[in-house]
Amino acid sequence: MATDANAAAGRGSVRRLAGSLHRRPRLRLALLLSAPLLWLAVLYLGSLAVLFASAFWTTNSFTSQVVRVWTTDNFHELFTTPVFREVVVRSVGVALAVTALCAVLAFPVAFYTARVARPRWRPLLVVAILTPLWASYLVKVYAWRLILSQGGLADWLLAPFGLSGPGFGLPATVLTLTYLWLPYMILPIHTALAQLPANLLDASADLGARAGRTFRSVVLPMVLPSVAAGSVFTFSLSLGDYITVQIVGGKTQLIGNLVYSDIELNLPMAAALGTVPVVVIVLYLLAIRRTGALNSL
Amino acid sequence: MEGMAIRLHDLHKSFGATTAVAGVDLEIRDGEFFSMLGPSGSGKTTVLRLVAGFETPDRGRIELAGQEVTGLAPFERDVHTVFQDYALFPHMTVEQNVAYSLKVRRVPKAERLVRARKALAEVRLEGYGQRRPAQLSGGQRQRVALARALVGRPRVLLLDEPLGALDLKLREQMQVELKALQREVGVTFVFVTHDQEEALTMSDRIAVFDQGRIAQVGTPAEIYERPATPFVASFVGTSNLLDGETAHRIVGAPGTYNIRPEKIRVLKESAEADEPDRATATGTVADVVYLGDATRFLVDLDGGGRLTALQQNLETSAEDVAGYRGTRVRLAWHHRHAVRLPS
Repeated sequence: MATDANAAAGRGSVRRLAGSLHRRPRLRLALLLSAPLLWLAVLYLGSLAVLFASAFWTTNSFTSQVVRVWTTDNFHELFTTPVFREVVVRSVGVALAVTALCAVLAFPVAFYTARVARPRWRPLLVVAILTPLWASYLVKVYAWRLILSQGGLADWLLAPFGLSGPGFGLPATVLTLTYLWLPYMILPIHTALAQLPANLLDASADLGARAGRTFRSVVLPMVLPSVAAGSVFTFSLSLGDYITVQIVGGKTQLIGNLVYSDIELNLPMAAALGTVPVVVIVLYLLAIRRTGALNSL
Repeated sequence: MEGMAIRLHDLHKSFGATTAVAGVDLEIRDGEFFSMLGPSGSGKTTVLRLVAGFETPDRGRIELAGQEVTGLAPFERDVHTVFQDYALFPHMTVEQNVAYSLKVRRVPKAERLVRARKALAEVRLEGYGQRRPAQLSGGQRQRVALARALVGRPRVLLLDEPLGALDLKLREQMQVELKALQREVGVTFVFVTHDQEEALTMSDRIAVFDQGRIAQVGTPAEIYERPATPFVASFVGTSNLLDGETAHRIVGAPGTYNIRPEKIRVLKESAEADEPDRATATGTVADVVYLGDATRFLVDLDGGGRLTALQQNLETSAEDVAGYRGTRVRLAWHHRHAVRLPS
């Protein structure tokens, strides 16, 4: 009896709490969002702030100890040293090349999976596109190292044409990164193409447009925001990568390598280098936002 | 043949195991407002898509203005379509949508603009050219779709249930406007609808579709007054069938007869038929429905069978109506309004 009454009272207070939360939507929202907001503010924005602040410090050149003295020397060095500029340009170039390659490769694949393949095969094909993401990043990169190594699969396949594989270096880096991030480009394009109403294509043909015109004037403009959305992934993932280039890049240096190698010896310089991709990606996102792509993410 | 916008000969089309069109022959004249009327799944939309070129027939011939187009792609036919859900290009402005067919045909930009604006004016949408379809109401999108399809002055305009998504008031207004627009531009309109009232009010001629075939082609008056089959009688308007023994006794000859409810007068049982060429039957009122402008009587006839009669509320009003249920009445109609249907 007593326990029943307690249980009833407990249920009653839960109900009262639920009721009072229902009447206070702002409080409810605050409670719901407090944990993720705390996470975002402390762990993400906080570490970014630390990164940015430490970029203005310097090190004792003998001990490599961080000296907390405010200086803009690191950024000055970053902008004036030719090697740094070269590496930044190369890194952005790699990210752009990977993005462009992904877009070109993803479009026909997505077109097939979204509109050509039989409807009941489509979900399976999407799963097939995603399966590489289940494998370890390192396993895939080392697989590419094997493919591209001297006498490897690439050399063997190209030998009949009198060619050899690209070996390790910049092209190998671009190729491997393209492979790694391709699913992130296929998926948004697939979704956009799958959602493209069939009667828009009918309408275009009805109004006199051949397939090429329909593609240029209807399909492409409607799918472009999704290409841009996919490019946010491929671009930022490529720009932040430093492992692939170590494994298949030969002597190629990207921003990530410099950060990695500076982190022990000159942490403030590494931090200054680390802000570069952040700034580039923010600029890239601002450019992408103008296309309206972020609304379709 | 001159004066024919569309000729269909022995058209067949199946989708897997479903037969959508099972032998359609049809001629649509130049400048006609022609409706294809039928319930959903009767094949009318498939015929429209075959004429537009979105589907290829399994068998049969399609001619446009005397030329065979059966195997041609949609962009090779001088036919434009107004789609049921309008199919406006969401990434283009209203003006770009309307000018699309001109752009495709490489009409110079200046002329394109002038013609697009004129087409928008025809559908009373001046000043909306810079908006996006998403910023328009359903009725306005409907007009854009019309302007886009008409701007290139096609030989034939196909309309696939274009008023289906509009509310009643707007639909009635658009019916009047569509008809006026068609008269103005003189383009042949082929209008697909499942709404018999819409077809009756707007069309020069109507083809009634039933299970992939055409049950009857004729003017609205012919279709309504002289339905060729029981299906047409029941689909267009309310059907009132008399058959078997009852028909024999009342009409005087065996067969199946259809009498439109508004042709039947409801009299007191004791009343005599006032004119010699009238048929009468007595019965009991099973139900009365007050419709505002009219009252509908369901009458169980003494000899079996049930007839519906529609009376204008000239002198009756809502208070009287309930009292009619269960009363004895005499129904009377003119002989010529009992239309014999082929069995």
